[in-house]
Amino acid sequence: MESYAYAAPSSVSETVALLAQNASEGRQTQILAGGTDVLVQMRAAGHTPRTIIDIKTLAETNRLDVSADGIYIGAAVPSAVINEHALLQSALPGLLEAADLIGSTQIQGRATICGNLCNASPAGDSIPAMIAAGAICEIATAAGSREIAVEDFVVGVGRNALAPGEFLLGLKLAMPSAETKDAYLRFTPRTEMDIAVAGVGVSLTVAGGRCTQARVAIGAVAPTAMLVPEAAEALIGTDLNDTALHQAGEACKAAASPISDKRGTAEYRKKVVAVLCRRAIVVAHQRIQGA
Amino acid sequence: MARLQVETVINGEPREFLCDANQSMLDVLRDELGLTGTKEGCGTGDCGACSVLVDGRLVCSCLMLGVEASGKSVETIEGIAGEDGLHPLQRQFLENAALQCGICTPGFIVASKALLAKNPNPDEETIRYWLAGNLCRCTGYDKIIRAVQDAAAEMSHPA
Repeated sequence: MESYAYAAPSSVSETVALLAQNASEGRQTQILAGGTDVLVQMRAAGHTPRTIIDIKTLAETNRLDVSADGIYIGAAVPSAVINEHALLQSALPGLLEAADLIGSTQIQGRATICGNLCNASPAGDSIPAMIAAGAICEIATAAGSREIAVEDFVVGVGRNALAPGEFLLGLKLAMPSAETKDAYLRFTPRTEMDIAVAGVGVSLTVAGGRCTQARVAIGAVAPTAMLVPEAAEALIGTDLNDTALHQAGEACKAAASPISDKRGTAEYRKKVVAVLCRRAIVVAHQRIQGA
Repeated sequence: MARLQVETVINGEPREFLCDANQSMLDVLRDELGLTGTKEGCGTGDCGACSVLVDGRLVCSCLMLGVEASGKSVETIEGIAGEDGLHPLQRQFLENAALQCGICTPGFIVASKALLAKNPNPDEETIRYWLAGNLCRCTGYDKIIRAVQDAAAEMSHPA
């Protein structure tokens, strides 16, 4: 009977080599960062032994850079660490409030937003916020690295765009200007420790009273979180009046293709996603105004 | 498969143990090191009974591999009391009758200690949100919140 193995490589090239070596030997692998999903999955019935590759010992995945040149959040950086970062709090309040909604204090001590992304749950709270913020995934490959937009990373329920032999190194974001702010709102029946019925992330740029750029993303209302360009188009060029907000909300509703389950019916989710969109726009706008 | 040898620090003492690659830190504490103060509730990170501090950060030991303790400093409920007696949190949990069956108590005390280290004077809402990942089916939580508030007061103004 095969048993689990554990490796903590010290470089990206060693990590990629381990992935390739295990594949060539016919052994499955599991990348481990915060482990808050991975360890639960390991205990599920039918989980087969594999080589666990811990990426917390890599310099690259522990990177947390926040400067005018840009933002980099490594794949091993836990939510608690980003949520305590004063510059990030003012630069990306929406991404941080999304990360802060995931699990308890204990979970946030280990969980990473990159893990939330790789786990690819339709209801992963940080994913719409990352899409709205325009995050780019940096992926380690056998040849070096490649980049893809977050909205292209999740390809289905529980499925991501990583090819065999690849792993997520971290997220790159531009440093938002003073006129750009983001927000994330979700609806859950309880205030804490629950899974989103619907979620909306927005990032707005407002200059001279007009919205000049916008990104709107929805979560928990389709197989994957997704960008809604029609919602952004409804906002750009407007002063974010009620009509524009209504149209953006209706665009989110039209883009949603939710399921009905114990957390809500499809009809209810579509209604809620429009409401959350309007409210998230108001929050982001208030943040730009410094309210 | 050979077991993995791990060197770590637990409650300030250097410790070595052997574990399997997929063995949780919770199972290592309880089954390999005999530190049974840390409890298993759900085993899936929902209840907080297995809370420990790793390099000062509050985590669920059921969601951590034992091998990940390598080179880290782990604090469990056994390390909370000082040489001269109970920690104020432990004393105030007793004073306030903030426990009945006691399974959740070690997790609540470890989590509360992490809160008071970060915020020595938290308001009730802060305490409730911080402890949202610790479940108690006996007390209804009010007595726990009061115990944490009383411990915070005692620690900021020692008698």
